[in-house]
Amino acid sequence: MTTTPAEPEALEAAFEATIARHDRIEPRDWMPDAYRRTLVRQMAQHAHSEIIGMQPEGAWIGRAPSLRRKAILLAKVQDEAGHGLYLYSACETLGVSRAELTELLLTGRQKYSSIFNYPTLSYADVGTIGWLVDGAAICNQVPLCRTSYGPYGRAMIRICKEESFHQRQGYELLMTMMRGTDAQRAMVQESVNRFWWPALMMFGPPDADSPNSARSMAWGIKRNSNDELRQKFVDMTVPQAEALGVTLPDPDLRWNEERGHHDFGEPDWEELAAVIRGDGPCNAQRMAHRRAAHEDGAWVREAASAFAAKAGAR
Amino acid sequence: MSADRREWPLYEVFVRGKRGLNHVHVGSLHAADDAMAVRHARDVYTRRNEGVSIWVVRADAITASSPDEKDPMFAPSGDKVYRHPTFYDIPDNVPHM
Amino acid sequence: MNDEYAGDSSQWAFGTGFEDPLAGVDTTVPPGVDPAELAAYCLMLGDDALVMAQRLSEWCSRAPDLEEDIALANMALDLLGQARLLLSRAAAADPGVVPALPEGSPVPAEDALAFFRDAERFRNVRLAEVENGDFAHVVVRLLLFSVARLALLERLRASPDQVLAAVAAKGVKEITYHRDWAGRWFLTLAQGTEESRRRLEAALDALWPYQAELVAPHTGFGVDPATLRDEVDVVLDQVLAVSGVERPDRPPLSGTGRDGAHTAALASLLAEMQVVARAHPSGRW
Ligand SMILES: [Fe+2]
Ligand SMILES: [Fe+2]
Repeated sequence: MTTTPAEPEALEAAFEATIARHDRIEPRDWMPDAYRRTLVRQMAQHAHSEIIGMQPEGAWIGRAPSLRRKAILLAKVQDEAGHGLYLYSACETLGVSRAELTELLLTGRQKYSSIFNYPTLSYADVGTIGWLVDGAAICNQVPLCRTSYGPYGRAMIRICKEESFHQRQGYELLMTMMRGTDAQRAMVQESVNRFWWPALMMFGPPDADSPNSARSMAWGIKRNSNDELRQKFVDMTVPQAEALGVTLPDPDLRWNEERGHHDFGEPDWEELAAVIRGDGPCNAQRMAHRRAAHEDGAWVREAASAFAAKAGAR
Repeated sequence: MSADRREWPLYEVFVRGKRGLNHVHVGSLHAADDAMAVRHARDVYTRRNEGVSIWVVRADAITASSPDEKDPMFAPSGDKVYRHPTFYDIPDNVPHM
Repeated sequence: MNDEYAGDSSQWAFGTGFEDPLAGVDTTVPPGVDPAELAAYCLMLGDDALVMAQRLSEWCSRAPDLEEDIALANMALDLLGQARLLLSRAAAADPGVVPALPEGSPVPAEDALAFFRDAERFRNVRLAEVENGDFAHVVVRLLLFSVARLALLERLRASPDQVLAAVAAKGVKEITYHRDWAGRWFLTLAQGTEESRRRLEAALDALWPYQAELVAPHTGFGVDPATLRDEVDVVLDQVLAVSGVERPDRPPLSGTGRDGAHTAALASLLAEMQVVARAHPSGRW
């Protein structure tokens, strides 16, 4: 190459200018190392969450109480595999392979969303996860369609389109169950009680305790703060709960005329910290399941590689 | 990295949404060979009837232009196409909130 | 709830008519066809699809790779769709086959058939019900199953029953892909590594005795699977020859799932599949 090296300051300035115009950074653009690292960490964690997230609901595919629900649930869980795949691909644009990321997940060096460490105890949980967990995910993810890194944003667009089906199927299941028997209504309420607080925690710690947030926002990787998104989710969900006929388990939840938002209680951040540390109800089980699938499949992946190599040599 | 050295190669996937349109880059996936890549593309990227025709190409077979020839940091990586280039169309129905 | 993303509904997995798989379809039994025989035939094919779908869906989140996880789920979804249509067809042709539920129960006929029959009333082949094994096992099971089912559905496209003919026409496209998927993986595992070949041969050996049941004679309405035996053999022999694998020398198992004589695996499969539905016989889902 005969081009003259550009000054690092000039590269950085070009990068900052792209961000300032709200334009997208593309894989082959120069980017600060910390930006690249932050992106890989965030996208990988997101990808891992999609894959681990298949398990709590996947456990109910075999027991779905109607063939229609079985098809919906299987298609939904299958979508989550696709989401993981899109996001791993986005990571690969930064030169990190899926195999490396899988290794980081399986050795516990990268995390996934703490929500998936809670158990699913009844079929109503399938509905509640769709409504609250996918609902919270949508709140987090819709702004990410405009994230500054091009491949991430494009993966998010595809994902968000599919997520709206997820939230709807969940809400529709709960609505249907609420029109069913008393036992079914009780199941729905019990499930909502269990998932409400964990869902609020999906937005992460309060802004004051979220050290990396400010920089991610400056870089346009994140578009809204944790607390903003949490508030948005609560405001969106309260009327949906009313329409459904369930209560949300928070005595402090009420409309605040002055703020134009709902006030709500403080989630148990100790619990969140414990679950992230690995002390949640299902951490070990989720990791064991993922590890077993990966290890059980090793001979298959190897066989296909060997076959392709032989065919290529012929 | 000590991870799976036999990882299947990366493929880029292009789908023709309907007759009369170009094939458009929709994403990527891993497969052991070309035939498997086509099947995977069908399963992963046309689950909702999004396409009438699929192309797959190994990512390492793509030659891309450098985004900016004045950019020396990336001039040497013109052949590293796992940093996939960007042929994505952003759908019109995505709202800008 | 994010209506702006709904857009064109055709891109979603479920279009209109998803509630009742036969909504808007004329289900009159054609003259000269015995409704009970038609129902029995549809139950047989519907149960095959349902039980296979249940086994395939157990792979969800357990496949060797994300891409294969998605592929297996797609095939399970195809078969589940076929099962819904065929069970609904059976119920519409002969309501007598549908188990009785409590007065006023909102459970639709397809679900009454799927969730409220005991094992001995299921008519699927035993190949579909045996417990899952490794990846080679699912490849072999799908190969044996799809080769026979494709041959059958191809003929059924000309069935005098228009509903069955339409189900078959849709199914042919789906099963063609399943057969291709299984055939390619069969070849890949046969010629991949020593381990993959060993596992493939073990799976083939274990499942071969169940193969004959797929082409056992059936009298009454519909294409008799026994008439497809040669065609099925030719395809299987081709796959075996290309892969360099011997046809196992193992006799067929006696008895048949078509008469309700199942292995213990079906009872435990159903115990799981039916547990929620049976706990709420008047439930709405
Ligand atoms: Fe997702
Ligand atoms: Fe989702």
